[in-house]
Amino acid sequence: MSGDEQGFTPNEMMITQSARWLEGEKICFVGVGMPNIAVNLAKRTVSPDIQMVYEAGVFGAEPARLPLSIGDPTLVTGAIAVMSQFDLFAFYLQAGLIDVGFLQGAEIDRYGNLNTTVIGSYESPKVRLPGSGGACEIAINARRVFVIMPQKQRSFVEKIAFQTSPGHLADREAEAARDWIGEGPYVVITDLGEYRFDEDSGEMMLVSMHPGVTLEDIRANTGWEMKVAPDLQITPAPSADELRLIREELDPEGIYSR
Amino acid sequence: MSGVSKVATMHDAVAALVRDGDTVAIEGFTHLICFAAGHEIIRQRRKDLTLARMTPDVVYDQMIGAGVASKLIFSWLGNPGVGSLHAIRRRIEKSNPAPLEIEEYSHFGMVSRYTAGAARLPFFPLRSYEDSDIPRVNDKIRRVDSPYGDGPIAVVPPLNPDVAIIHAQRADEEGNTQIWGLLGSQKEVAFASERVIVVVEEVVDASVVRADPNRTVIPGIKVDAVVEQPLACHPSYVQGYYDRDNRFYLAWDAIARDAEVFDQWLKDWVYDLTTHEDYIEKFGDAYWDALRPTGEALSGSVDYGQYA
Repeated sequence: MSGDEQGFTPNEMMITQSARWLEGEKICFVGVGMPNIAVNLAKRTVSPDIQMVYEAGVFGAEPARLPLSIGDPTLVTGAIAVMSQFDLFAFYLQAGLIDVGFLQGAEIDRYGNLNTTVIGSYESPKVRLPGSGGACEIAINARRVFVIMPQKQRSFVEKIAFQTSPGHLADREAEAARDWIGEGPYVVITDLGEYRFDEDSGEMMLVSMHPGVTLEDIRANTGWEMKVAPDLQITPAPSADELRLIREELDPEGIYSR
Repeated sequence: MSGVSKVATMHDAVAALVRDGDTVAIEGFTHLICFAAGHEIIRQRRKDLTLARMTPDVVYDQMIGAGVASKLIFSWLGNPGVGSLHAIRRRIEKSNPAPLEIEEYSHFGMVSRYTAGAARLPFFPLRSYEDSDIPRVNDKIRRVDSPYGDGPIAVVPPLNPDVAIIHAQRADEEGNTQIWGLLGSQKEVAFASERVIVVVEEVVDASVVRADPNRTVIPGIKVDAVVEQPLACHPSYVQGYYDRDNRFYLAWDAIARDAEVFDQWLKDWVYDLTTHEDYIEKFGDAYWDALRPTGEALSGSVDYGQYA
């Protein structure tokens, strides 16, 4: 497992690798926590012109501090536009202006379907989770979905308890016929590795392991037989500059990155 | 030109306009959530309410834990940036102390319901819910075929609350209401509702509203009562007036996790107090000073022009 002995935390690895994937992306729908730090890191490294959109109704935010919530007042001051949530969901997201949306879940399956609703049955849940929020429409209408979440046996599961947000379909023709603006989950970044989706099967496929992680770690933390890319890579460790930006500027208290 | 003043106290506005069994929406997305109104509804011991909100937030955890509601309509159930709403979870997961009926949507579904309600439309179409289990557990989310041959699309019905409670920076005595910062669905829910209570940091002269009409979000014709109550959103916030009290949101997790601690909090901070002024005093001036913005960020001004 990657860890402090290597000079960075698993969360710093996830944040850094997510930021790298934002190179070339222009408009990003941001959530709180690690996605927020990742997008701000991308803005300072690979993607200086990226525009941050928050579901609270903000386009082009320039947060002066790390927001705890997606509705922090620092997102408003200095933004390009603040709009009603109808405008945000209808004219920005549904109309296809969002290049990347970040999602996470309590559970994910091999097709990138996500559960943020319940563990157990819906009618008498063992754990009641927050539900969709904007996730269901982000999954369908953002051009690409980046999933960033920790990987465990209980989160990478054969069958999710509730399908809050749709991912890919095993029936590739049916997926092609969906006619959605979004192409669905594009990359999944966990504390162990990085995954893409196989064109032929629609299934998640390990493409890169983070430094210090083994295939045994991946298998021990996946509830199905994970496909592995033939040219499996090792993720480059966070650079000194990436770590400095996270630790000194973006999350100095280490709330989301330690 | 000035009409009848609608200015009322929080006590009187809630007593007159919020009734047992009502569907009530205290909206505001992170910003402008009127906790003081929620506390007053608890103090007046309303019961059997249906509470609607996109993000129930801590205010509905307090109200639902206090037992004023039997049903919740929502799209994201959590303590933003912190975790769970434990009082609501107790009712959903353990029916403790009583079951809670839920009806859930996605954010855009809730916004669309308010929009249909505001425009008095029979339904509203949106591109969501495909290959999702949400419609399976909520049969109000349906699919129709576009009459123009564009295939099926999800639709949601209008939501027309009996009462909306909207916080804003300012309004005049007739209820012409101005908001800046995050707008949430304040306009949509106000137009959708049968009765509207507007709570503001400041009641201003009508000339202040007329000097900047583009900033008016809700017209007085939709408003039944105007309550002037500074700091009414704490621990939520009002852009330009006070910051979100993130420490309170973090602290709430431990308070709500334990039903006895929760009940004690309600006693100390709601039932034993008479008005929101008592709540403000109980925290003390230093507490509020620490929540003020660290500096000004004035908007520019625009010239509307005179056209005599």
